[in-house]
Amino acid sequence: MNRELNQIVEKQFFSIKDKNFTLQCGKSLKDITIAYETFGRLNAKKNNAILILHALTGDSHAAGIYDHKDEKPGWWDVMIGPGKAIDTDIYFVICSNILGGCMGSTGPASIMPGKKRPYGMNFPMVTITDMVRVQKRLIDHLKIEKLLAVTGGSLGGMQVLEWSVRYPDMMESAIPIATTMKHSALSIAFNEVARQAITSDPNWNNGNYSQEKKPDMGLSVARMIGHITYLSDKSMRLKFGRKMQDKKDAPFTFDSKFQVESYLKYQGQKFVTRFDANSFLYITKAADYFDLEEQHGDGSPVDSFLNAKARFLVISYSSDWLYPTSESKAIVNALKKNRLDVSFCEIESEWGHDAFLLQDKRLDKMIKGFLASVYEKTEDN
Amino acid sequence: MRFDLKILASWIKPGSTVLGLGCGEGDLLYYLKQEKNVKETGIEIKEKKVALCIEKGLSVLQGDINKEILDYSDKSFDYCILSQTLQQVYDPEGLIKEILRVGKKAIVSFPNFGHIKIRLQLLGGGKAPVSRELPYQWYDSPNIRVLTLEDFKIFANKIGFNIHKKAAIKPGEKSHEGKIVKFLPNLFATYGIYEIGK
Repeated sequence: MNRELNQIVEKQFFSIKDKNFTLQCGKSLKDITIAYETFGRLNAKKNNAILILHALTGDSHAAGIYDHKDEKPGWWDVMIGPGKAIDTDIYFVICSNILGGCMGSTGPASIMPGKKRPYGMNFPMVTITDMVRVQKRLIDHLKIEKLLAVTGGSLGGMQVLEWSVRYPDMMESAIPIATTMKHSALSIAFNEVARQAITSDPNWNNGNYSQEKKPDMGLSVARMIGHITYLSDKSMRLKFGRKMQDKKDAPFTFDSKFQVESYLKYQGQKFVTRFDANSFLYITKAADYFDLEEQHGDGSPVDSFLNAKARFLVISYSSDWLYPTSESKAIVNALKKNRLDVSFCEIESEWGHDAFLLQDKRLDKMIKGFLASVYEKTEDN
Repeated sequence: MRFDLKILASWIKPGSTVLGLGCGEGDLLYYLKQEKNVKETGIEIKEKKVALCIEKGLSVLQGDINKEILDYSDKSFDYCILSQTLQQVYDPEGLIKEILRVGKKAIVSFPNFGHIKIRLQLLGGGKAPVSRELPYQWYDSPNIRVLTLEDFKIFANKIGFNIHKKAAIKPGEKSHEGKIVKFLPNLFATYGIYEIGK
């Protein structure tokens, strides 16, 4: 990796000072903090801003590095940066940590106002709608009236869809990637198994755990389940097959490990060092409750987009079994029937749901071309 | 710009809405967008071609034209264009009816199977014709519905649509050059372009 190209970025914080910010569930929060990062420069016309929305376990650190010693760039650094598809020499890019998250934004691990302990399970249930309403406040705070584009994959894609119907006048275009209008029973099922892994860890203690005694076992199993859904049968065959981690391993013991086992275990262990178990419970529940059709269209996918105005680019991946192409096509179908301007491409890929986070020239070129065309049009007007 | 596309494009009124079915890499739609300020929508089945269209900034959907067209309401577009695609369609009657429903006007073009070189190949060599316009062998051809200009006229009568405008053409050595064939078009033209309506 070329370190020279990596931009130094800084995590910033924005506070919503409302006495009570009422959530979709009816409960309210006060003192909401949102962590965010920006990349590139906002131009004088303020028409080059792109909002990036992260997936389940992402954060505001979408690209760049925090300092020169930082080994790992942000989670979508392959996409965002100088000269890249979302070119920070041209666009001003914003990414914030979602409400309910644990990477700087208010969530169950935050200290309750006036108390000395974290919210834990006293944190109110947050939804995709709540996350989006908070992001809108951040965009207002940055004094941007209309975003050039709103984009994200997976849970980020759900937020893109919510943005498109909730704030249609605040965005020129929408790029939902590998996402869905509502969680299928399959997705809910996987999330529930992951949540049960956490809640059955004795350390979870109804959400009241200390940093010294966290439900790491449960959270790491939850992450392992997640990882299986992000891959595909084909990608696991290619990546691991039946290979053993150590060739000398004697067979027929519980000590020897298939490579796929080691991989999952490693992913699980790595995850617990950076993620809060309660946040995981809240965010997966928010994903499960997301139902654009029910909320905005009384059950009709077509009606749910009645207010939308954006130009859309919908992307799916052929081997994504978490949010399969059929679910993206349902979005496309509803957009078409509303006579909205929509492009759609199913990218052939073996890498399952996770494909959207990998370097892929096809996605790069499409996003680059699409953004250029939207930007050109706003410049004409 | 290919000669047949140039002729076809010259028929499109500036500023109109256009649905390009089987739009390929989007050359025609791109030209119409740039030069005629049309609002374009394309449908194409091949991922690579769809991606090329989107890269150019065109609004294009990946999908099967026979199914995707069903989502549009009546008279959704000023023009529906079926350029060099009819010969590959399984149900031409069904699709023609759909494009006449969805488009206020429709433009259809296809290679002429009545061209003299094709007739001579079958007559002289006794083999399934292979030409520049239809360059495949019988066993690997996607062109499952070869037809002549005369066939299209008969088809129009049978289905009940009108031919508003037509051009029989023969592209030159270079694909962007060519001429309109007035004399015995069904024998000397390699392509037919038609504007049709109900």
